[in-house]
Amino acid sequence: MTSKDIINLLPYQEPFLFVDELNMISSEGVTGNYTFSKDAYFYKGHFKNNPITPGVILTECMAQIGLVCLGIYMLKDELSEGNPQIALTSSQVDFFLPVFPGEKVTVVSEKEVFRFNKLKCNVKLYNEKNELVCRGKISGMIQKG
Amino acid sequence: MTNDELIAKLKTIVQPYIQDEEAFKNLNEDTDFINDLKINSANLVDVILDVEDEFDIRIENDDMEKMISVKAAMEIVNEKLAAK
Repeated sequence: MTSKDIINLLPYQEPFLFVDELNMISSEGVTGNYTFSKDAYFYKGHFKNNPITPGVILTECMAQIGLVCLGIYMLKDELSEGNPQIALTSSQVDFFLPVFPGEKVTVVSEKEVFRFNKLKCNVKLYNEKNELVCRGKISGMIQKG
Repeated sequence: MTNDELIAKLKTIVQPYIQDEEAFKNLNEDTDFINDLKINSANLVDVILDVEDEFDIRIENDDMEKMISVKAAMEIVNEKLAAK
């Protein structure tokens, strides 16, 4: 399963797809990246005349790359056709630096546990200077649709 | 381990995941994890992983499906401990 196959199986589309490419994926973890478009819709409101990527969107980016892409890879034998069914079940994230419009971020996710369809990962998000922007523990349920 | 000790340990394990405080206060052998304590399926996995750590046992898929009440959890834990 190539990274393109995985991205094609993601149940998201614009304007809520936050995965550009996967750089590495194995049963132990995944690394991928995304560049925030300068005209993304949320910059109009977050904040007024001061566009900064919302923490919830950074969390979403971490979850899409770090959990959903990895989950699809894990279920590759079962997911012959159709989208996987997914649900975010918990997230605990600390934020350290802002991400401005147009920035490229890299998400590094390490699997902590994947059992009974529940995937729990330790996820970090870095900016282009390789500075840690945010990190946390995110869990979700994933199964074939 | 007595039944009371086992129930006390299970009670500590499920506490972070329950949504019904009243049912939790009255937890006994007949308490159902899903219908009474309102633990969701994602958290039921956490309960099982925590039970594995607490008792140093491994719970398989078949057991997981059965483990939906205090009584069932006690049976599975006792069975696994006896087999060690």
